[in-house]
Amino acid sequence: MSIVTSLLTGVLISSAAAYLGTLMLGRRMALVAGPLGHLTLPGIALALIYGFDITLGAFPFVILGIVLIWLFEIRTKLPVEALTAIVFATGVATAFLFLPVEQAEAAIVGDITRVGTFDFVLTAAFCAIIFSVVTVSYRKLLLISVSEDLARVQGVNSKKYNLIYLAMVAIVVALGVKLVGGLMTAALVAIPACSARNLSRNLLQDRLLAVSFGAGSCASGIFLSQILGYPAGVLIILINAAIFVATTVFKR
Amino acid sequence: MSRILEVKNLTVELEGEKILENLSFHVDEGEILTILGPNGAGKTVLLRTLLGLLPYRGKISWKKNVKIGYVPQRLPFIRDFPLTVEEFFHLKEVSEREIREVLSSLQITDPNFLGKKMGVLSSGQFQKVLVAYALLGSPDVLLFDEPTAGIDVGAEENIYTLLSRLKKERDITILLVTHDLAVVYKFASHCLCLNRRMLCFGAPRVINGVLLSKLYGGEVKIYEHRH
Repeated sequence: MSIVTSLLTGVLISSAAAYLGTLMLGRRMALVAGPLGHLTLPGIALALIYGFDITLGAFPFVILGIVLIWLFEIRTKLPVEALTAIVFATGVATAFLFLPVEQAEAAIVGDITRVGTFDFVLTAAFCAIIFSVVTVSYRKLLLISVSEDLARVQGVNSKKYNLIYLAMVAIVVALGVKLVGGLMTAALVAIPACSARNLSRNLLQDRLLAVSFGAGSCASGIFLSQILGYPAGVLIILINAAIFVATTVFKR
Repeated sequence: MSRILEVKNLTVELEGEKILENLSFHVDEGEILTILGPNGAGKTVLLRTLLGLLPYRGKISWKKNVKIGYVPQRLPFIRDFPLTVEEFFHLKEVSEREIREVLSSLQITDPNFLGKKMGVLSSGQFQKVLVAYALLGSPDVLLFDEPTAGIDVGAEENIYTLLSRLKKERDITILLVTHDLAVVYKFASHCLCLNRRMLCFGAPRVINGVLLSKLYGGEVKIYEHRH
């Protein structure tokens, strides 16, 4: 039972991340998910120490991080990347201030085998939100990525949609830490989307391929981890990397 | 002819710097207004302000319920996506029929054109796709940012002959930003000379050597030449 729960939870998270990733590439934002993932570490630490759901611990810290970056940007006008670096390093440092060493592995590389029915239900609900919100707003989000001017001329409220998009990224990061830990969530978002882009001839293919790579890498990663005994998070990332390298051969 | 745009005392300030100062002009339906000026004159800023994308002081009044089509200069990020021409068009809410109509009025006959990736189009084709995109939804006005004059958009048309033809066929008003003086003489019905302040507004014949040297700075020689 527990392996099935892990598998389902993992595949949902991984496909939602990949789906979101197809939009992220264009916004040159794929790496934003990385720092956001690191930001979750204090939250993960708290969750591990007090034994509650990692996602619930991670989520407030992602939100806090986004708000801080946003406020600093308004105040200083420094590039977002630079501010993000400041905030995420602080997150990592804070986490290791009080994270017990024996718990560190789960925080760093994730531990999908820990998930129970509650995690699964929570994940399913969040992923349903991500898939439906992103699908409904896909055209507008894409248009904003292509040209914010063009979007606004067409009456798209770009501020609103950017916020929606950021909220979806925050959710997927908070979910992703369960699967691959606080250091590698960016990979979950970026790698399947990059692999898909190497092969796709149009947008539809792009999305389908990204989600398939996301789901496939996760399922095989969890299976292999059962056999080999390595953490699933590590294997999932490595499988994704292997898929990416393979797709570069066929790059159109 | 009725007024489609009236601009009064328009001032645009970005980050404390005055980019446009006290501009007043108007556009009537069916006119082709070129906005002429050197680099950094604020031409693109003016266009973006008219589109409602930038904060401003003064008054911009478009005709009620006017539909605006915008042709940006470039779309630098579009190559990041595996978008086909058709998928790009569908970023607007349009019917297949409308897409076919616009393509035929742009004389695009290649049946595989819609399936092409945006990233592989030639610069002429790309410009044509941007014009087509702007035309979807049957706008009353086309705002056009710096078309590249030289490129061949097919069937021996350049972008200006294409626009002249569209104007006739679709009865459309055009506002066009350029730094190319030849365009003004060949193509425009009205001209706005801009260098942060407005230097002239009227029919193209108001442009003379004195004005041009004010506009571009230093001495400008005008070569009248025929191809």
